[in-house]
Amino acid sequence: MNDSKRSSRRQLLIGAAVGGGLLASHEKARADAAGQLGTPLGPYGERSPFEKAVRWRRDSKTPETGSSFTPLQDSVGTLTPSSLHYERHHSGIPNIDPAQHRLVIHGMVNRPLSLSVAEIRRLPSVSRTLVLECGGNSGSEWAAKGGPDVQRSYGLVSCSEWTGVPLSLLLTEVGVQPGASWVIAEGADACRMERSIPIAKAMDNILVAYGQNGEALRPAQGYPLRLIIPGWEGNANVKWLHSLKLTDQGYMARDETAKYTELMPDGKAWMHAFQMDAKSVITFPSGGQKLPGPGLYELTGLAWSGRGKIERVEITTDGGRSWAKAQLQEPRLPMAFTRFRLPWRFDGREAVIASRAVDETGYVQPTREALVAVRGTNSSYHFNGTKYWKVQADGAVTNVEA
Amino acid sequence: MLRLSLAVLAATTLAAQSPKYGVGQPATPAQIRDLGAAIAPDGSGLPEGSGTVVAGREIFKARCARCHGEKGEGGVGSILVGGQGTLATARPLKTVGSYWPYATTVWDYTNRAMPFDQPGLLKPDEVYAVVAYVLNLNGIIGSDQVMDAKSLPKVKMPNRDGFIPDPRPDPAKKPKHKTTHDARGPKS
Repeated sequence: MNDSKRSSRRQLLIGAAVGGGLLASHEKARADAAGQLGTPLGPYGERSPFEKAVRWRRDSKTPETGSSFTPLQDSVGTLTPSSLHYERHHSGIPNIDPAQHRLVIHGMVNRPLSLSVAEIRRLPSVSRTLVLECGGNSGSEWAAKGGPDVQRSYGLVSCSEWTGVPLSLLLTEVGVQPGASWVIAEGADACRMERSIPIAKAMDNILVAYGQNGEALRPAQGYPLRLIIPGWEGNANVKWLHSLKLTDQGYMARDETAKYTELMPDGKAWMHAFQMDAKSVITFPSGGQKLPGPGLYELTGLAWSGRGKIERVEITTDGGRSWAKAQLQEPRLPMAFTRFRLPWRFDGREAVIASRAVDETGYVQPTREALVAVRGTNSSYHFNGTKYWKVQADGAVTNVEA
Repeated sequence: MLRLSLAVLAATTLAAQSPKYGVGQPATPAQIRDLGAAIAPDGSGLPEGSGTVVAGREIFKARCARCHGEKGEGGVGSILVGGQGTLATARPLKTVGSYWPYATTVWDYTNRAMPFDQPGLLKPDEVYAVVAYVLNLNGIIGSDQVMDAKSLPKVKMPNRDGFIPDPRPDPAKKPKHKTTHDARGPKS
């Protein structure tokens, strides 16, 4: 579906729902199924045909590499359906038979080990709800004119419940040799994606995950095995994991040197900038949506931090002059989406709105200007500045630069 | 006595390191060999073989130029050449020559991920040759230099010292006052 169709449909739905005219917009659909048999039970669920939220992606001559963005504007609650989880692949999605897949742990270990997926599933497991965010999420915001809607400007982030085995358990099992300081993770995709991870993080809280949102990982999310690294940029969470090599040095792979490094104005670049900082964005009302008229609305959005729990979210509706505390949905889990809400009366005059997150370490989500003052506009990754939307007098919501 | 103590110590250490769950199979050398060749900056992991700039030019023409351009000027694929001296400017051009800190990374990435539609196609000699050609296009090695497991890690990339550790949190260290005016709001 093209963008204009999608956004006009979104506007229609928002308008209809808010105006109380949802049924009127679906006259052919039945409001009540009394007296008429529905469809039979099915083996695997599908969403209603009336629901149209989809990932967005740029047209590309090489569709096997690229990103698809989660439709945050259509999200409710704090979890992302696996089917709408953002994607970033470098050489397509492999079709892996789990019965033939093995994870090999080798290098500076006492007992190089080859584990089947079934064997990994026998080990003590952990489930954690965690955000996964691409290091390049919101990269468009470094430009003077950022993304036009929340999907394209902030959509390389999703939140799932992940299930797997602690990597520390596997490393203890193989016996890490003294002097081993890095783990080189490699995927089984066509390009054998590779990243280096410091041993301290590997022993801390990384999961070798096989489950997402109550079922096996989707192929696009690394089926049958992937790394889940709480709070760290998505790229390091290697999918289709088939190799972990313990070494005494980082391997300076392409995706930790040429890419996923932040070029500063003085020409130096940050390396191994894994951590994702606190961030938030208003998802309603947001770019491309339209309020049908003055009246009461619930401003809502998502906040998260790679450093822990969200402590506070503040919202401005006057372009940053004053800030009000938003209500936070409990439970607030560390490094997971926290949904925030604030009732707001739109009086029919232009309003500039934004959210600002503070995490439990006291870190305050900065403005774009504060980020640019330090990092310039060519650092590409790790943008976490506040995002302003302009609600026009007619209710249309745009990027503030529009 | 000393011998006994050492024996006890050894046994204790061994016990501490023995697997708790005992799942999985010992990984065989063949299984490890079948994984991707991961190359360290010091060259560990580089296989035998070698390649020349001249050989690399032909392989590049056949396998790489349709995406990266005949001279690495870019196309569907990224620009591989140029940009030295631009990193501190308003329009930095990040290429193998201007940005990549290690020549071993060029080998590792070419070997594992290129050509885009047939990763792993190139044999070690061909990878050495293509890497030699790309380094030569960037003026980093002479046209008569041969790349192999010994010479490649010794290549000093122009931006070798261009990377620093992540210094964050940078701009947002301290919480601001609640009513701080935010510069991005409208000027009214």
